[in-house]
Amino acid sequence: MIPLWMYLIVAAGMFCIGVYGVLARRNAIAILMSVELMLSAVNINLVAFWRYVTPQNMSGQAFAAFVFVIAAAEAAVGLAIVISIYRTRRSVIVDDVNVLRG
Amino acid sequence: MDLASFISNPNYLPWLIPVGPLVAFAIITLLTNRSKWIPATSSEYGGHHPDYDGMNVAVVTATSRVVSIIVGMSGIVMAWLISLRVVFDAFAIDHLGETVLQSSVAWISTGISSLNMGVLVDPLTVIMLVMVPFACVMIFIYSLGYMANDPRQARFFSLISLFAGAMLMLVVADNLLLLFFGWEIMGLCSYLLIGFWFEKPSAYQAAIKAFTTTRVADVIMMLGIVYLYASAGTLNFRDIMYNPAPELATTEEASGEGEAAKPVIQFAREDAGGLVGEGENSEGAVAEGEEEVYEEVYVETIAMRLAETPAILFGGISAASLIGIFLIIGTIGKSAQFPLHVWLPDAMEGPTPVSAMIHAAAMVSAGVYAIIRMYPLFEAGGHPHDGDFTSPLMLLSIVGSVTALFAATIAVAQNDVKKVLAYSTISQLGFMVAALGIGGYIAAAFHLITHAFFKALLFMASGAVIHGMEHGEHHVHTHAHAHGGGGGDDPHAHDAHAIVPVHADDHAIEAHGTFDEHGTQSHEHVHFDPQDMMNMGGLRKTMPVTFITFLIGGLSLSGLPLLTAGFWSKDEILAEAWLGLTEGFGPHALVFLCLALAAFLTAFYTARQLCLTFLGDARTEEAKHANLGRGIVSFTMTLPLVLLSIFAVIAGFVGVPSDFPLFGAIFSSGGNPFHDFMAGSLLVHPPTLSFNLFPVLVSFAVALGGLGLGYLMYGVKPLVAAQPDPLVKILGPVHTTLKNKYYFDELYTILFVRPSQWFGRQVSYLFLDKGVIDGFIHLIARVFTWIGDFIKTLNAWLIDGVGDGVPELIARFGGWVRGVQTGRIQQYMLLIMIAVLVIGILFALSTGALQASP
Amino acid sequence: MLELNAQTIVFFVFSLLTLGGALGVVTNRNLIHGAIYLIISLFGGAGLFVLLSAPFLAAVQVLVYIGAIAILIIFAVMLTRSMTQLREVFNGQWWASALVGVLLFTLLIGGVILPVWGNSGTNPNLPVSDLVATTQDLGVALVDGNQYVLPFEVASMLLTAAMIGAIVIAREDD
Repeated sequence: MIPLWMYLIVAAGMFCIGVYGVLARRNAIAILMSVELMLSAVNINLVAFWRYVTPQNMSGQAFAAFVFVIAAAEAAVGLAIVISIYRTRRSVIVDDVNVLRG
Repeated sequence: MDLASFISNPNYLPWLIPVGPLVAFAIITLLTNRSKWIPATSSEYGGHHPDYDGMNVAVVTATSRVVSIIVGMSGIVMAWLISLRVVFDAFAIDHLGETVLQSSVAWISTGISSLNMGVLVDPLTVIMLVMVPFACVMIFIYSLGYMANDPRQARFFSLISLFAGAMLMLVVADNLLLLFFGWEIMGLCSYLLIGFWFEKPSAYQAAIKAFTTTRVADVIMMLGIVYLYASAGTLNFRDIMYNPAPELATTEEASGEGEAAKPVIQFAREDAGGLVGEGENSEGAVAEGEEEVYEEVYVETIAMRLAETPAILFGGISAASLIGIFLIIGTIGKSAQFPLHVWLPDAMEGPTPVSAMIHAAAMVSAGVYAIIRMYPLFEAGGHPHDGDFTSPLMLLSIVGSVTALFAATIAVAQNDVKKVLAYSTISQLGFMVAALGIGGYIAAAFHLITHAFFKALLFMASGAVIHGMEHGEHHVHTHAHAHGGGGGDDPHAHDAHAIVPVHADDHAIEAHGTFDEHGTQSHEHVHFDPQDMMNMGGLRKTMPVTFITFLIGGLSLSGLPLLTAGFWSKDEILAEAWLGLTEGFGPHALVFLCLALAAFLTAFYTARQLCLTFLGDARTEEAKHANLGRGIVSFTMTLPLVLLSIFAVIAGFVGVPSDFPLFGAIFSSGGNPFHDFMAGSLLVHPPTLSFNLFPVLVSFAVALGGLGLGYLMYGVKPLVAAQPDPLVKILGPVHTTLKNKYYFDELYTILFVRPSQWFGRQVSYLFLDKGVIDGFIHLIARVFTWIGDFIKTLNAWLIDGVGDGVPELIARFGGWVRGVQTGRIQQYMLLIMIAVLVIGILFALSTGALQASP
Repeated sequence: MLELNAQTIVFFVFSLLTLGGALGVVTNRNLIHGAIYLIISLFGGAGLFVLLSAPFLAAVQVLVYIGAIAILIIFAVMLTRSMTQLREVFNGQWWASALVGVLLFTLLIGGVILPVWGNSGTNPNLPVSDLVATTQDLGVALVDGNQYVLPFEVASMLLTAAMIGAIVIAREDD
């Protein structure tokens, strides 16, 4: 059987790639995709721990299911916001959206 | 679990106590608080604000006012009724204390342990539940009349409901964190309510002052809570101070299991013990029997264990002491003890019911309640009755006695009827704190209760006086206006007071007076202060009910021997201190001297206040016409006074020492009831003091002496109009110092306020913002550019690259740091990630995760 | 340490899909391609779920993530026609971001995963039980009053709220 740590490394790698995408991409949709990567990495972690630590307890899988819900909600609202911003500013570049400038 | 069994189980009932007011708050805020917009010049707004001319203001609609009052009243009355039920349930339990009403649910589960949230009813909670809801109901009833003309009465009821709900939550809480929740909500409410009449600059300034002052203390208290949780693993009062500590766990897992298992055991026991009144339940007997065995063998509570652990950073004292000191500082802020007392007198800017709430039923009591609650932790490791003081106890006795004396001296020189009471509150709280410092656990609790009754009474009575004075002022003004204007005479104008307190007319524009008690601007051309006792006098004729109740409250405050509640509780504190003094303990001696002197001053200023306000003849026209009028307003304002004055007398008789001559035989033939009842809160029952004549004589002497001296100076020959206070002549410059409250406000202004303003402007704004963020980076860049140029000219051929590169790098770095404020979220997130990385690396290194340990 | 059997090979294949797809998502200039890489990466994740004996989650991953979210993203890309606009894919802080990503990865592996669950860590090779809860257990757990019914209901409320919110936000003001 594959040891637990290998799953964890895969998940960590995916998470860090997601972090990079969120921090470095200019396109809002690309950022949302990177967030999806991060959430997915979390899911892999949850399921891997569930399988190796408490396989008879449903907490790991249940939490993973809730992460799916969060991901779906986040994608829906996030993309709606992107489209709304695109409509007003004709741009999806996050650098252009800086009304919070100090 | 269905509702019926939930309600019928006395263990669960306390949950419902805070619910009523909290729900009332939500309903009023979200649903029934409806306002209409009217011009600020309208008479419905009650008065004028020069800045608001031409603006619209929100005034609560008539329907909303009535509905909000009904909702608020039903909330607090519900809480009161449930508390009564809980109190009776608790009285039915034999040996309340060993068995308590409690239940809890998991609140924050952290994996290895969980923080439970629950309710606890032990003797201390019971006496608070006797006092707090009753006082709150009285205050609510009083507010009906007092706020009847306020344009924001619905908002007032919502806020004061939240205040009451938070206080009740604090009282029934079974752990320090829930207590702290209530504590902080009350802090917020006090801010909102002190600044309720935000049209007055002094009101919102007082609100900010109260909030920031208590905040300083609360942060430190929070430190104490965190430290306590880190070292004890629980914040539950019973677990820390009553129940035996879990066996010293060898591994972390074992301790986790122990804590996880504990609530189960408790539930088993409390379910058995919860069926009170029916003695025959075998399970309960077994469970209690087991505990009895524990107690007989040896009980080491977590508090005792903490007393043997040295504290972090401050190695000289134990962990329990350090936590205790942190928590006490929280109380010093909340209960306005020296040196954080400055906010409380200013808090008088709020409506009078709020003053009563803050000073009697809720806020400041909460501070003392918290230290009474945590007292075993302070005491752990020491024996104050044997002269062995821990550092928190020392702190308490010093702070308490200094505050008691210091505030009493200030109160002597105040002329504002409410300010006198404010300083009197500070002083009386000092009594309680000092009593705790010398181990007078029960005496402190006793004084807390009696003080709450008579101080609530005094505040409301003084509010009635102020209301009456405003009434008189209005009357005078109406007549002056009628005579001056030659027309529009309205002899019934003062009867319309209930509807329009200060009517709006063409004087609005030329009005330049100050804002009176109701946040409205007075129309007097000459400054008239309805709260100044020098303007009063002779009010006993026009306001007899207020006079009698104020008299009862005042006598109770000064501790009129044998009859009043204040005497019995103060006497108990003095007796406690005297006992230690005879054995030569320093703190006891300090407490005894300071408190005896403070008690004398208390009696004196009370007599002064009574004489100045009610005796003699009216010193102004306004005072001559001061009265509460007739009708519902006057009724709702006097009813609470009458009810509270009964308690201000009889509350003392529950705690008469059993060997007190005559009275002991009447009221305490079977032992001091209050003492026996309260003792159940503690694991080690405090000793009963044997009767000693000397402290009783001292109590007699200071109370009668103070009252007598006050009466001699102010009562025998009452002041006439414009006659200066005889104290001024006697005390001279001392009086000026006292009148100015030892210049504490000025001192704090110089010490804290100015520096922080200066810091805010010079350092934060000019230096950091302009200098650092804008200039500093550029400055460095320029300096490095200069250095670079310098080097370049010198060594152009050697380090050309560096000379150019460094300044450019710095400049870019500067630009990058300035980019912090670009509003670009990705940069914020990058910074957050860097912080996470740094923390993660530190954590990994410090916990040795890199050395392979989880 | 690791015998080369079918399971191992499958694991490596899916891991490669997951990580490679993820890299494709963050580096690709064309967002449509990026979305397709996202599908690949999520598919790899679904494969890992199967290896971890969580078939239901694998199915949900394919249905919800790939079937709904990725398609939604593709729609959004087409609606905003953003793939043609961009000359620069990355913003000015891409090098710092890359550094943060690499450091975070190093920290996670060197500081947490290997020392705790690695071969010589404190919790190496946990005894893997063959008794595994089934999808039926998950279904029961989600609606069991003592387990997750409250979070489940809250999650459905959240989805409803998100749906309404998305409609409100994205609707054109007429």
